[in-house]
Amino acid sequence: MQFMCLIYADPAAGPQPGTEEFGPFMHGYQVFTETVKKDGKMVHADALKGVETATSVSVRGGKTEVIDGPFAETKEHLGGYYLLECADLDEAVKYAAQIPTAEHGRIEVRPVMVWDS
Amino acid sequence: MLPPRSLDRAIERCVREEWGRILASLVKRLGDFQLAEDCLQDAVLVAMNTWAVEGLPKSPAGWLISVARRKAIDRVRRAANFASKHGEIAYLMELERVTEDEVEGFGDERLEMIFTCCHPALEEKTRVALTLRTLGGLSTEEIAAAFLDNVDAMSARLTRAKKKIAAARIPYRVPESNELAERLGSVLTVIYLIFNKGIERGDLSGEAIRLGRIILDLMPEEPEVAGLLALMLVHDARRAARLDVTGAFVPLDAQNRSRWNWTKIEEGVALLKVALGRGRVGPFQLQAAIHAVHGQAATWGETDWAEIAALYEVLYREQPSPVVRINQAVAVSYAMSAACGLAMLEEVGVGGALDRYQPYWAARADFLGRLGKTQLAAESYEHAIELSENQQEREFLHRKASRLAAGLV
Repeated sequence: MQFMCLIYADPAAGPQPGTEEFGPFMHGYQVFTETVKKDGKMVHADALKGVETATSVSVRGGKTEVIDGPFAETKEHLGGYYLLECADLDEAVKYAAQIPTAEHGRIEVRPVMVWDS
Repeated sequence: MLPPRSLDRAIERCVREEWGRILASLVKRLGDFQLAEDCLQDAVLVAMNTWAVEGLPKSPAGWLISVARRKAIDRVRRAANFASKHGEIAYLMELERVTEDEVEGFGDERLEMIFTCCHPALEEKTRVALTLRTLGGLSTEEIAAAFLDNVDAMSARLTRAKKKIAAARIPYRVPESNELAERLGSVLTVIYLIFNKGIERGDLSGEAIRLGRIILDLMPEEPEVAGLLALMLVHDARRAARLDVTGAFVPLDAQNRSRWNWTKIEEGVALLKVALGRGRVGPFQLQAAIHAVHGQAATWGETDWAEIAALYEVLYREQPSPVVRINQAVAVSYAMSAACGLAMLEEVGVGGALDRYQPYWAARADFLGRLGKTQLAAESYEHAIELSENQQEREFLHRKASRLAAGLV
């Protein structure tokens, strides 16, 4: 079963680019990606550009409305995701806990819907 | 043959007794909590009618499980007419091959079930409710009553939980050894929450003790399981003495110790000794030990307060919570002096951290009263009364405050 691990964090928390801690932090992501690939769990993963680049789109009464900013104004932003193939929730949680951002942010784990063909 | 009323009760008791083991086995085979529960419910209805006429069968559990399995075949077949579910049909064929012998000796999957129901991916209240429903066999109505919730809300909560278990694939198994301690902690906490609910009202404490016995039976090597059961037994032993004839709360120092259940205390103490002998001490064993010191004192005056204070110190290292420190301060106030207790209390309450916490003000009021600081004590009693959540507690504090004001203490 596929589990989507959504990575949320306050951009002001955790290691910041340009600081000494940032290098090891990003290296942690490299190690994690290698681990999930080696274990055969990786389906896909991406990092997203900052929430200041977000645009929200909706259609009401046939009219498209475009507004600046993310869907929800929260301190913690969606920064990226890993889509993993895991046996069950315990396995997905075990991997999610190894995502470096879990140390200061939060990983939301969601099973991916399977459509009956 | 038994008269009808007592036969009804015998059937009810038997169903409650066997519910958890049968349901656990059905969930294992069907891989679906909701389907398993629906089928068992069907089987119970059939049993009520059949047994009322024919009497209890030789093996009621075996009887219930084979009827529940037939019901499962019916239900899945009916569903299969609408959508072809290959996996379930293959399962059905396997199910139909199950012989009577296998039905008699069906395995015990209650551990798998309780670890699933107490999974941290479920909300704590849901864990408690689900455990009472699945392992305890309580009805949704009974569980709703215990939470003072309405039945529809409780029913929706249980349905949501069963859906999440299926959809998020919460596994049905006993956790591996590297995560066992933490996950077992969640199971034991759920049982202790049930127990404490029972101390407040109703007979849930008896149910929690029954669940504790089941888990201990299945995990005899785990000292914290024995520790929890010992804690519940020793605590429950004093229940009858906690309220007087008018229903008012009686504090430990005024309790009639001949009303304590000494059999329960002895059983708890014996369990605790074996558990401590395993050399892996934990919070439940420590709390049981504290209650055991109280339980073994023939009179209030003979309580070994120094021992209790020392046990709280060890517990605080395991569980550094202000609640533990407040209790320790109470023990210190008797082991040493009210002034020492007060000093300890003020240390935890520094910066107003416990200003909205009733036990803090109740302990403070008591210490100040014993130190002769009547005015300050009265103010603390007022805070404690205002923060009390139940009537018995409020009345008890009122009585203490008025006795102090009248110069009776």
